[in-house]
Amino acid sequence: MRTIAACIAMLLGLLAGVGLCAEAKPTPDVREIVARSNHAAMYQGADMQGAVTMTITDRQGRVRTRRFNMVRKNADARDQAQKYYVCFLEPADVRRMVFMVHKHGPGAQDDDRWMYLPSLDLVKRIAASDKRTSFVGSDFLYEDISGRNLDEDTHELVGVSDARYQVKGTPKNPRSVEFSHYVAHIDRETLLPMKVEYHRGGRLYRVVEALAVERVEAGPGQAPIATVVRSRVRDLDTGGGTEMAIGRIRYNQKPSDELFTERCLRRAPSELLR
Amino acid sequence: MTGSVWARRVAVWLLAALPLAAASPAPARCAEPGWGTVQTEPRPGEARSWLAAMPAPTSTDASSPSAPDLLDHLDLHGFLETRVGSRLQRNPKQKRASIRETRLQGEAALNGDEAQLKLKGDVWHDGVTERMEGDLREAWASFRVSDALDVKAGRQVLSWGTGDMVFLNDLFPKDWVAFYTGRDTEYLKAPMDGIKVSAYGGAGNLDLVYAPLFAPDRFVTGERLTYWNDAAGSLCGQGERMATHTPDRAFSDGEAAARLHGTWGAAELALYGYWGFWKTPSGQDGFGRQVFPRLNVYGGSLRAPLGPGIVNVEGAWYQSAQDQGGRNPAIANSEARYLAGYAMELARDLNASAQYYVEQMLAYGRYRETLATGRPRDRFRHVLTLQVTRLLLGQDLDLTLQACWSPSDHDAYLRPRARYRVNDRLSVEAGANLFFGHADWTSFGQHKKDSNLYTGLRYSF
Repeated sequence: MRTIAACIAMLLGLLAGVGLCAEAKPTPDVREIVARSNHAAMYQGADMQGAVTMTITDRQGRVRTRRFNMVRKNADARDQAQKYYVCFLEPADVRRMVFMVHKHGPGAQDDDRWMYLPSLDLVKRIAASDKRTSFVGSDFLYEDISGRNLDEDTHELVGVSDARYQVKGTPKNPRSVEFSHYVAHIDRETLLPMKVEYHRGGRLYRVVEALAVERVEAGPGQAPIATVVRSRVRDLDTGGGTEMAIGRIRYNQKPSDELFTERCLRRAPSELLR
Repeated sequence: MTGSVWARRVAVWLLAALPLAAASPAPARCAEPGWGTVQTEPRPGEARSWLAAMPAPTSTDASSPSAPDLLDHLDLHGFLETRVGSRLQRNPKQKRASIRETRLQGEAALNGDEAQLKLKGDVWHDGVTERMEGDLREAWASFRVSDALDVKAGRQVLSWGTGDMVFLNDLFPKDWVAFYTGRDTEYLKAPMDGIKVSAYGGAGNLDLVYAPLFAPDRFVTGERLTYWNDAAGSLCGQGERMATHTPDRAFSDGEAAARLHGTWGAAELALYGYWGFWKTPSGQDGFGRQVFPRLNVYGGSLRAPLGPGIVNVEGAWYQSAQDQGGRNPAIANSEARYLAGYAMELARDLNASAQYYVEQMLAYGRYRETLATGRPRDRFRHVLTLQVTRLLLGQDLDLTLQACWSPSDHDAYLRPRARYRVNDRLSVEAGANLFFGHADWTSFGQHKKDSNLYTGLRYSF
């Protein structure tokens, strides 16, 4: 009897120990999850370059394609300011157009945006404050591409599973956006948001999801970076959606700051035109 | 004529140079000077240019490509377009058709590691003049000479300045006939033959442009659009084309332009200079021909974010070099030109800009004293412009309205336009050019009977 009791006690102790171990690795604070997820999705490496293909399917099933080369470079170490350079290849009527953004941190002025129209040799400065606008006519919005300022929402950890955190984001200024809230499903290992569900009027209407993640080399001495290489937005209201594939990804190529100036707006590096 | 011969030579030279540029070995640094500074020598098996080396998005083949191949670097594109338009009212001086053309544009670009080359040309059948026409729009080579220097030589389209369809310091040639008859906005800019050298430094950047032969605007001559002839005191059209004399001696009748520009925080500042000729006829010679007197222009501009939008301010002094005192009534007086504008996003996919533009004739008293015939101009010409752009249907439908109104000339110009992308290759467009005015001799008023409506269909490849 005493032996059995001792065995049970030992088992319980073991279980308790396991429990203690689990306690010793607590779920991080939601702000930390969101900050790390933002870093994983938008700020990995000092810079990133890739060739993007967007396939847009509208409600009638018609398909459009957008192809562009994109370079982004972090402009600070706080996961805030960034510079973007986007050189369009397709469709034919936007070929060689260049779109450039200097993204500033929260509290700073609006992002600076420029567009270069090659047939007129014209550098236009774009006054665009609405970040919930479609990016190049796709179902991706500017904020899906360049990130949403974390201070715009309040975050709440609403679930934790073996693989994912579920974080609910509620806009502090509901009139500035078209959604009432979203739920982000964040991979616990890579911290990449694998699915973000947008709700409006009490129902789900928009889903952004990662379809494929690959570990991409980040250069000598650097650990490979888990990167979403294929993603999709579905508009549940219209039945339309956009799939985005990023190829030829390279991290830490150290593009010169000059890329993000008028010089390279007018004369894109040859590599970005191919 | 000399200009087109020169352009043809440039084109032949460019074509001959195409294979050379593609075959140029890529430098060991990151393919292009200035692009990256830290890139080391390529490792075995690693291609020399970072993007060219990457496997295509769908490709699983990670092996490096072979030596650069001409076809890999050559881009061929173009479009086939048909456009028809009609005047909205009878104009006894012109045909009813304002535009009727079928146009093919071809473009070849070579994006080599050492140089970029481009050839772009149009051929079209013009149903208004009933001629086959051609226009070499671009034939240039662009080189990065060093980390601080770019050179672009050949036939090219150039723009600078901050105005939205209003040009003060941009004295590169425009094609007002194309704009007013409803060709694509691309054709507002006419090409010029010359060389552009751009130098970049920490303190600022300098662009220098030289054209050995003056390239005037493609202005209204009566051939397609009616113009006011002050000497005759009447509107003139097809039968009474403007008699002009254009400076045509290569090198002695050249043009030069310069821009010193830089950024200060988020603001863009620029100073400009131009040494050449008035771009549209602005005087008369002893034979009664319209001429292009010498002109120098000095100006500056500022463009910066302000509140939710972008503000632009620009000024220019037009120094009429052959009549600095303003005493010669046969030559335009000097002018000061001012522009202030603001652009902002009013709502999602709805953008608007407004500008206020003033032309001030200098030495106005002397102009009035010496003016013997014709209608005197006002000292000031005030113009308000408005542009509204709305994107709809997933940005496939683009609605634009451009409007210019002059409260001093009592005239106006409206340019509504709708373009719909049927798919990635096919687009359809319709628009109008509407001119209003009390008098026949004002800028827009003279074209009252040229108001037109047009539509076009374009297939891009």
